[in-house]
Amino acid sequence: MSRSLVLFAHLLIVWLLLSGHYDPTLITYGVLSSIGVVALVAHLGILDDEALPVHMGIRPFFYVPWLLKEVVLANLAVAKVILDPRLPIHPRILRIRVGQKTHVGQVIHANSITLTPGTITLDVRDGHFLVHALTTDSAEGLLSGEMDRRVSHLEANGARREARRKSGQEGSA
Amino acid sequence: MELAREIAVWACIVGGSVFCVIGGIGLLRMPDFYTRSHAASITDTLGATLILVGLALVAGPGLIAVKLFFVLFLIYVTSPTAAHALVKAAYSSGLDAPDVEEGSRLKGHLSDDGGPGDG
Amino acid sequence: MNVFVVGMIGVLTTMLLALTRAFMGPTVFDRVLAANMFGTKTVLLIAVSGFLTGRPEWLDLALLYALMNFIGMIALLRFSKFQNLASDEQAK
Repeated sequence: MSRSLVLFAHLLIVWLLLSGHYDPTLITYGVLSSIGVVALVAHLGILDDEALPVHMGIRPFFYVPWLLKEVVLANLAVAKVILDPRLPIHPRILRIRVGQKTHVGQVIHANSITLTPGTITLDVRDGHFLVHALTTDSAEGLLSGEMDRRVSHLEANGARREARRKSGQEGSA
Repeated sequence: MELAREIAVWACIVGGSVFCVIGGIGLLRMPDFYTRSHAASITDTLGATLILVGLALVAGPGLIAVKLFFVLFLIYVTSPTAAHALVKAAYSSGLDAPDVEEGSRLKGHLSDDGGPGDG
Repeated sequence: MNVFVVGMIGVLTTMLLALTRAFMGPTVFDRVLAANMFGTKTVLLIAVSGFLTGRPEWLDLALLYALMNFIGMIALLRFSKFQNLASDEQAK
């Protein structure tokens, strides 16, 4: 129930920001369509930790600035490589083990890797990522495992909840 | 104050355009598909960010800046997803790629020897 | 010189480079990559030209275009993989 309210509030805020017209009719339309979307999502049964990772709380607000900093640094590095007349690249495909237990964590990690120029996730399979790295520097950054640690911290609660839910299911089965 | 804003706007939009063009050059210069996808991600991240931030500085605080932020957010969410779908499709269709190396064994032993870029 | 004109020139140059790659290929994935990049640049072009002509409302179009570009690329990939947009069956 609280999850529905959080989703409703988000949808309504997005509506109000995008519409920019604040007369009663249009606000009513916004409220109605937000309720409609929440009802649809609840009916589909996808209103869970994956759709709305509320358990992360405010931790994403600390992760995103770090990620943006990494993206800017990687951008400068790759731009330098492209402009270098010798084109000093050394493409590799690395298989790395990742520490995330939940799907949300793995998706965030894989997307963060892909967002950073110089590394791109090819495949995600049972706790391992296949990553294509453009240069030795970007491969080293990947192997340092800092992003892995930070994303694991991001989903720390989620992993516990997942485990609890699984043990609960087994107990009831 | 007005001058400082003007300078920031110019820096952002010109910088963003330069990064876009660098990405475009990379798209033409890189030797194979996988390396080209790295070049494409430059224009999608820093190029788009700088241009949209520059436009937001022109618009000032308000709904227009919020919309610019939405566009940026959308690019940041969809561009890695699209890039991943594309390279995954290419890789699973058997497009030529370097061999898979174990990350845990390579740690601290990376070198540039023998890479295609050195030839 | 207007700062938006500079932005337009930068974005249009990038679009031209992406188009070149789309024509050169050589694989279908290179073409899709270039087409996707072309689409992202279109979003930026709409945003910048909206400011250039004093109509920032065009941003709504940019938002829509960003979404359509994403969906279009996924559809194209599905098509190139399955030769069919409707079913999950691999084309024989």
